[in-house]
Amino acid sequence: MSKSVEREAVIRARSLTKKYKDFVAVDGIDFDVYRGESFGLLGPNGAGKSTTMKMITSVSQRTSGELTILGKEPNNQGPEIRAHLGVVPQKDMLDRELKVWENLVTYGRYFGLPRKWLKTKVEELLEFAQLTEKRNEKADDLSGGMQRRLAIARGLINEPEILLLDEPTTGLDPQARHILWDRLFRLKEQGVTLVLTTHYMDEAEQLCDRIIVMDKGKIMAEGSPAELIRKYSSKEVVELRFGTDKNEGVAKQLEGKSERIELLPDRILLYTDKGEALLTAILDSGLHPVTSLVRRSSLEDVFLRLTGRTLVD
Amino acid sequence: MSLEFKPGSAVDPKRAVRFGAWRVAEYRFYSMSKWMTSVIVFGFGNPILYLISVGLGIGALVDANTGGGGILGVPYIQFVAPALLASAAIQGVMDEVTFPTMDGFVWDKVFFAINATSVSATQIANGVMIVALGRGLFTTVLYLGVLLAFGAVPITSVLPLLFTSMLAGWGWASVMLAITARLERDDGYFAIIGRFVIAPMFLFSGTFYPLEQMPLFLQPLGWISPLWHSVQLGRHLSYGMELADGMLLVHLAYLAIMGIVGMRFVYPKFKERLSR
Repeated sequence: MSKSVEREAVIRARSLTKKYKDFVAVDGIDFDVYRGESFGLLGPNGAGKSTTMKMITSVSQRTSGELTILGKEPNNQGPEIRAHLGVVPQKDMLDRELKVWENLVTYGRYFGLPRKWLKTKVEELLEFAQLTEKRNEKADDLSGGMQRRLAIARGLINEPEILLLDEPTTGLDPQARHILWDRLFRLKEQGVTLVLTTHYMDEAEQLCDRIIVMDKGKIMAEGSPAELIRKYSSKEVVELRFGTDKNEGVAKQLEGKSERIELLPDRILLYTDKGEALLTAILDSGLHPVTSLVRRSSLEDVFLRLTGRTLVD
Repeated sequence: MSLEFKPGSAVDPKRAVRFGAWRVAEYRFYSMSKWMTSVIVFGFGNPILYLISVGLGIGALVDANTGGGGILGVPYIQFVAPALLASAAIQGVMDEVTFPTMDGFVWDKVFFAINATSVSATQIANGVMIVALGRGLFTTVLYLGVLLAFGAVPITSVLPLLFTSMLAGWGWASVMLAITARLERDDGYFAIIGRFVIAPMFLFSGTFYPLEQMPLFLQPLGWISPLWHSVQLGRHLSYGMELADGMLLVHLAYLAIMGIVGMRFVYPKFKERLSR
């Protein structure tokens, strides 16, 4: 039996489409999410990631195509599906007037969970989210990172099979992001399937086993971060800055020196498997960039290759 | 303590999808319990002030000028009581279907968070209505308690007046909830409703004197008001004020239709808005 047959798809989408009047937000996409994996939807704002998430959450009905979540039909089994989903929305949507622990208990009650059971679970989740000391503070008084962790703890109150996170670290500082990534990684170890949207390539690389890259409602590519980079980019990238008015002219001179060249408004990117050697050759040829950098290829480069645009404008 | 996690085993989906409206109500009542003191102070303060000013002040004047006969054969305060109670119910429900509902959709967006659980959009709308009626009932019961304590209404009037007040509250809450669900921003809208709809409604619904005392061209203001229909019902059921043939049904139907039609507009809007 092959590996792909063994894996159980908890989400299955075929020709999934969502239209708002004339605007096609999601344009006939196909994907599977397998149990226990961490699956990412990567793309810029307006790519259709959040719309896809809303269809998975079963609050927004698809216009056409097929979608099953945990073997159920979201159009008429939304509440049953959501019984086993954890949702962490882009905006935390906490009750800011309630205390931290109260936010968790009231949320658990929506799933019909008994108060006695919740009492223990809330303490576990507070510890998991590193909020035990803040349990009696109002949600409004927490920092942005803490509110996010509380939103995640809240999304876990029903011990979901799938945790959906919409832009989980947008607006957080680097330290808060790393704490969050660590917590999400632990959840994955517990067997929770993670589905997240992000426009941060480093987040997708850190967290996701598999990614679909979306743009304008369509899937541009699918695979693991490493696979995508291997397939759509070179090993390394040389970044050169000559000044905004000079970049274009220099880019013409550099043509043919690397596998591929991308001209961005503020810099030139040269794709190669031997970055240092290429940079030395460029410097030896008498060109003097204001700044230069040799780095590993990233998903940002994959996205640039696929769409001709950068992820974060 | 480590996180004990068995994905998918904690929740029974069949149990989770039931009673969602009551769970929404449970949450709201719990939130409200935080400012119970002010709810009670306002709940008692309002009727006491009204009874002193209207009952003892205007009532004494009216009763003195009618030779102690009051209006329609009852003391003035008893005449006014159904209107005071119905407007208390309307104000009570109004407190829930305006700002807290906007909060759910626009400010804290808690309705979206609730809708991400097993609770459906329809259950959220019903939950809001349960809480609105609960607030209306709470305010009305406090009001009735004060009226009884002042000897302003006989004990036999309690149930009929509760019924007619809450029917007005429900009709009004449904229509207002349908409107609030369509608001993207407050824009001072609720203040306008308070000033230009609720306040005139209070004055033009036969509250302080029979509507027939008004010039005919102003009487339609009362006819469209749920308060007037509730007041007429209350006066009929509590002390037997005579109604024209068929008017009992008209009053009941008017309020019931407001409630039913209002909710018909509430459900699809809640669903649409929460799917955004």
